[in-house]
Amino acid sequence: MENNISNFMEALLSINRIAARQILESSTSIDRISFIENVVIPALERIGKGWQDGVFALSQVYMAGRICEELIDEILPPGDPDRKDQPKMAICVLSDRHKLGKTIVYSLLRSSGFDLLDYGTMEVEELVERIKNDKIEIILVSVLMLHSALKVKHLKEKLDALNLDVKIVVGGAPFRFDKQLWQEVGADAMCSTASEAVLVIKNVMDGSL
Amino acid sequence: MIKNNMTSLQRVLTTLGHNEPDRVPFFLLFTMHGAKELGLSIKEYFAKGENVAEGQLRLRAKYRHDSIYNFFYAPIEIEAFGGEVIYNDEGPANSGIPIIKTFDDIKNLEVPDVKSTHCLAKVFKSSQIVKEKIGDEVPIIGVVMSPFSLPVMQMGFDKYLDLMYERPDLFNHLMKINEEFCVNWANAQLEAGTTAICYFDPFSSTTVTTKEMYLKTGFEIAKRTIAKIKGPTATHMASGRCLSIIEDIADTGTAIVGVSVNENIQELKNSCKNKITVMGNLNGIEMRRWTPNEAEENVKRVISQAGAGGGFILSDNHGEIPFQVPDEVLMAISEAVHKWGNYPLVC
Repeated sequence: MENNISNFMEALLSINRIAARQILESSTSIDRISFIENVVIPALERIGKGWQDGVFALSQVYMAGRICEELIDEILPPGDPDRKDQPKMAICVLSDRHKLGKTIVYSLLRSSGFDLLDYGTMEVEELVERIKNDKIEIILVSVLMLHSALKVKHLKEKLDALNLDVKIVVGGAPFRFDKQLWQEVGADAMCSTASEAVLVIKNVMDGSL
Repeated sequence: MIKNNMTSLQRVLTTLGHNEPDRVPFFLLFTMHGAKELGLSIKEYFAKGENVAEGQLRLRAKYRHDSIYNFFYAPIEIEAFGGEVIYNDEGPANSGIPIIKTFDDIKNLEVPDVKSTHCLAKVFKSSQIVKEKIGDEVPIIGVVMSPFSLPVMQMGFDKYLDLMYERPDLFNHLMKINEEFCVNWANAQLEAGTTAICYFDPFSSTTVTTKEMYLKTGFEIAKRTIAKIKGPTATHMASGRCLSIIEDIADTGTAIVGVSVNENIQELKNSCKNKITVMGNLNGIEMRRWTPNEAEENVKRVISQAGAGGGFILSDNHGEIPFQVPDEVLMAISEAVHKWGNYPLVC
């Protein structure tokens, strides 16, 4: 399995879609869900960790997510019953125009077998309405700008005022540069990399968050 | 030169020559704080060059730093290309709907005439006013986005990455347009009185692009562009990492590199081998909640790591101090530089 992970990771880092597909197709000894769990997710986690440590570049993280999303959508289409039994969740960019972080997390979660709604860019008021109407249980909030990160506090206050039991998971540059910021704004968790979102969602599912 | 009576410009030029001036030069890279000084909203403040000139002069009088930062807002270049700017009351303006919606739009993109574009004229005006008032006492820093980094605002980050990997022909065409614009824009600012150009190039940082890709793209583009800019340049990575490419950055012909708090500034400086001045790397995001004591400790630490021998300018790590950073922290930074930054260093 380790060999599979290394080869798959290498294919992703060199943006080699054909090699990535060949590894998937040659892995006939394991079922599709096991391939996602044991090859795709570990490879993406290692790439994400490598980016955090300055070993890999964001361009590689993004392209790896895109390749995986395309591959996984073929073997596990949206709505497939084998997709995870999961809390209802959505992702958005809060109050700024920088979508890359959201796009990467969205790709990575879908590559990992999760389904989630993509709200695009939203301000706090409309986001609260969507969360309420869609009965969202986990909202993933991506930001690039500090003033957008500070708006998570207003989001939290408004959700609390409506007694909505929603986990707020945040990510983005302001939270990486100030490690205390996610707690200050009242988020339930912060992800330094896109792949950390998988772990956080698993923690929500098993009740540890 | 009498060391204890240097102007800001003399201080900066001395450190750029990898010699020790009277004290460590420091750049407080304010954009929006001038609006507070003038009691204006951010949008009102950036509507006129006169406002920015006055804001920058007041900020320098208040904090005694060594630069005038004639930077309005990043999407001003998108505005010049006909795009939309979305202002915010609490932070920097964003660019709106991308001006390049499909790859084919690149074929029809035209280089704006920098001298007849209203939004850019505000920047020239501000530079002219400051230059008339302070002459050569302090460097006036103008800003351009690198041709390689501008497409993030022109078309969005993800589409730009797709373009780089999937359509190298159109990528090269876009770089040609952006290079011409960048050179014209930089040189027009220099003609208006700007001393040096800050070449913002976060896309070249290894946080975003691999070294291999950088050497094929951002590096070559920077070399070509900087060679045509008729004044000194400082390349800024806007919080991105650059340790593994710092010698390559020096080879682009730039004089200064603005570095990230995510890398060790002493290691960065050692890697430069006196080829380039290092600027940084106070954490601008954390700065918002520093106490005055924490501000002093951070200033002292960075000076002790990178100050010796010159070749160093103290600043934040992003090239823009967040609007939320309070005056007392900024004052504490200034006082700490005046206390701990005098050469020979004692910290």
